[in-house]
Amino acid sequence: MNRTYELMFIVRPDMTDEDLDKLLSNLQATVPTAGGTVKSIEKMGKRRLAYAVRRFHEGVYVLLVVEGGGPMIHELERRLRVSEPVIKFLTVRVDEEQKRLEKIKKIRDARKKVSAQPVTPAEGEVPAPAAETPATA
Amino acid sequence: MPEDTKATEQATSSGPRGGDRPGSDRPRGGGPGRGPGGPGREGGRKFFRRKKVCKFCVERIEDINYKDYRLLGQFVAESGKIVPRRLTGVCAPHQHRLSTAIKQARNIALLPFAGRAS
Repeated sequence: MNRTYELMFIVRPDMTDEDLDKLLSNLQATVPTAGGTVKSIEKMGKRRLAYAVRRFHEGVYVLLVVEGGGPMIHELERRLRVSEPVIKFLTVRVDEEQKRLEKIKKIRDARKKVSAQPVTPAEGEVPAPAAETPATA
Repeated sequence: MPEDTKATEQATSSGPRGGDRPGSDRPRGGGPGRGPGGPGREGGRKFFRRKKVCKFCVERIEDINYKDYRLLGQFVAESGKIVPRRLTGVCAPHQHRLSTAIKQARNIALLPFAGRAS
């Protein structure tokens, strides 16, 4: 139950701020009842769309990062689908990708730390991690 | 005849590029591997083109996200099509990730399916 999802959705541009906040708080309220946690919610502002969606050429983008299981995402998507102001949404699962990025970052930090040490005692160590990373990567 | 040139092109082009892995800081060993492959390719090109390196491998960009449409837009043609990696020089695993990111961005209207990107 530690799956992290990124839900990006587009809201029609002629929505007022209060309506948008109401919609967002509604969504945020459904997350804990469905068994998840909201990690972050970010309003990315009005943007010009690359193509017309439901005859709109602009939209307000919102990014919602949640943590939870599959049924929670089903419920969230169902709500997004029926809500009239939301014109498009996309759900991406990101926990595997984040794991991979963290692993790479760890390897790179370890490599940097070794090469940043004073040269004389670490001379024997410097070629070893550099030699092992091509083998392990 | 066309099948022959296509087969040789696939054989020579997949070798050196396929050996690269994301995150490794080895530059793409294109020189010695591609020399003999130059004249062996399509009849028009006598000289192999200048070494193209994978932008993601060189700059160590690992997070190819659908959200950064500016980075993705560099690999999309004027018509909106994804540019093949033999033109951009991207290595195979990065091209795969780039392609899925571009498709996701298209779905969320950050990039167009066809036509110029606004």
